[in-house]
Amino acid sequence: MGRKLLTEHVNVEGIETFEVYRKHGGYRAVEKALKTMTPDEVVDEVKKSGLRGRGGAGFPTGLKWSFLAKPEGVPRYLVCNADESEPGTFKDRYLMSKLPHLLIEGMIAGSYALGARTSYIYIRGELLYVLRILEKAIAEAYAAGFLGENILGSGYSLDLHVHPGAGAYICGEETALLESLEGKRGNPRNKPPFPAVQGLYARPTVVNNVESIATVVPILNLGGDEYAKIGVGKSTGTKLFSACGHLNKPGIYELELGVPVEEFIYSDEYCGGIWKGRELKAVVAGGSSVPILPKELILKTAAGENRLMTYESLSDGGFVTGTMLGSGGFVAMDETTCIVKNTWNFSRFYHHESCGQCSPCREGTGWMEKVLHRLEHGHGSMHDIDLVVSVAKQIEGNTICPLGEAAAWPVAAAVRHFRDEFEWHVKHPHEATRPGAVYQGAGVLA
Amino acid sequence: MAPTTAPSKLQFSPAGQTEIKRLLTHYPAERSKSVLLPVLHIAQAEFGGWVSPEVQDLVAETLGIRPIEVYEVATFYTMYNLKPVGKHVLEICRTGPCMLRGSDELTANLERITGAKVGETSPDGNFTLKEVECLAACGFAPVVQVREQYYESLDTPEAVDAMLNDLRAQIHRPILPWEMLGEVHSQQQ
Repeated sequence: MGRKLLTEHVNVEGIETFEVYRKHGGYRAVEKALKTMTPDEVVDEVKKSGLRGRGGAGFPTGLKWSFLAKPEGVPRYLVCNADESEPGTFKDRYLMSKLPHLLIEGMIAGSYALGARTSYIYIRGELLYVLRILEKAIAEAYAAGFLGENILGSGYSLDLHVHPGAGAYICGEETALLESLEGKRGNPRNKPPFPAVQGLYARPTVVNNVESIATVVPILNLGGDEYAKIGVGKSTGTKLFSACGHLNKPGIYELELGVPVEEFIYSDEYCGGIWKGRELKAVVAGGSSVPILPKELILKTAAGENRLMTYESLSDGGFVTGTMLGSGGFVAMDETTCIVKNTWNFSRFYHHESCGQCSPCREGTGWMEKVLHRLEHGHGSMHDIDLVVSVAKQIEGNTICPLGEAAAWPVAAAVRHFRDEFEWHVKHPHEATRPGAVYQGAGVLA
Repeated sequence: MAPTTAPSKLQFSPAGQTEIKRLLTHYPAERSKSVLLPVLHIAQAEFGGWVSPEVQDLVAETLGIRPIEVYEVATFYTMYNLKPVGKHVLEICRTGPCMLRGSDELTANLERITGAKVGETSPDGNFTLKEVECLAACGFAPVVQVREQYYESLDTPEAVDAMLNDLRAQIHRPILPWEMLGEVHSQQQ
């Protein structure tokens, strides 16, 4: 059993209230920061911790903080990205609804470090009930003197607000999120300028994922150096994984980075194996945007080493034989899963969620969906398989924001690893479209 | 920027107006347009679960922005309903992880039970079926979201029945989001 730094007290009754959270050591990190540390010292601890952004990109959080422009007399902002919408990912919803004060504590410490006097939590609109939980917790924090004027007599003041979105995956992209927070359509901005220079209201802004901000709390409590000792290499600390799909025990697991993938899937301590006694077929390891891997390549790297739940190990082999840790949305698929249908489903998602401002993405995602639809429904040709890969290649790198890549990568990877299944759909349209039929290799029909 | 439409005949409720005033304090005065998304949520809850062009005009007038600024936002975000809806809008997740655990079957069952196809409202006016993308509940699939409730693990007929019975019991004027917050706000002030 690894250490739990975020979810240690998650099952304590009443932990969502200020009183119980405080009794279990809550707000110690804020006290430590405001009473004994300068803002730059807080940034240094986060740098030392090696924390990498938990939203998906994995960019070092402390480094991101150090890029923030600090012109005199200009307000700056910390914005929490709680727009969790990456298919396969549901950790932030869990964290916010169970431990709202952990996020608030992280927001206070982070805002202090960055010199923000007003901060926002941008939460996806579907989570209105979580917004209520957060508003209640924020009111408690104000009443206890941890928000508002002159917090703990430190002279530092902070206002914290929750802001709902209204249903748009693209608002998880940080500049689209800022547009949305300004009351506009969620169209990502061209960069530069980066948010660190011109973000919310054209002011210097840092946007961080919920889990990244919450993790600042144990980092300050332990000290950055101690935190960095947990994990493997550059994958420091603990991370929440959202396990879903065909697993016996789907749910949220906080792991010390470095647990073998095989152990995570099959151990009773974690996911407890594949449901209904079936075999594992494939895994999407880091949310729907990362390349899918067949069983052999998710359990072991191409070199035959055990694959670990770390940023480096999951990306070993690049996109040829590897994938990415991403958001930690871990989708397992059993032997009865149709990869063509699954790929079509995900490409429909990206087509639906494309904001439409870049032609390669707007047109390309629709084109991929259309071609995959006909392959899945028995009207495809061999040429379509190459066509869909070619469209994916033409989207990649040609869009303002990474939604283009997110749409292209899963399609390219599915064809790379499961080409025979796509071809089987073309050659056997009648069998392929029979309900429940699944290709299992070498022309065998289940 | 002056509104370009005639003054609206619709009005927010007093509670709604109070909530809008409270929300406006969250943003710099010159950036009050930031409140647009939350206000559209309030409008949708107050005016029958959807935002008609008239309701969108009211929002523009209330915030002192041009109607087009409201239209372009209302049509971008999927949670704003642009057509009349039933008393409950069932937002059924159709994305990969839910599909792997039976969202196709769930949708078919809900269509059969309610008598509405996806995108339609049941003949009794109670349920509108709407397919949506990932709701961040993949470990408890398949999932339906109805206003502020998540109904999870809907993979048995019993779970689906329990959800529909729960919703049928709530068919009255919906509780507006901010009505539940009176206590919280008085604490904050």
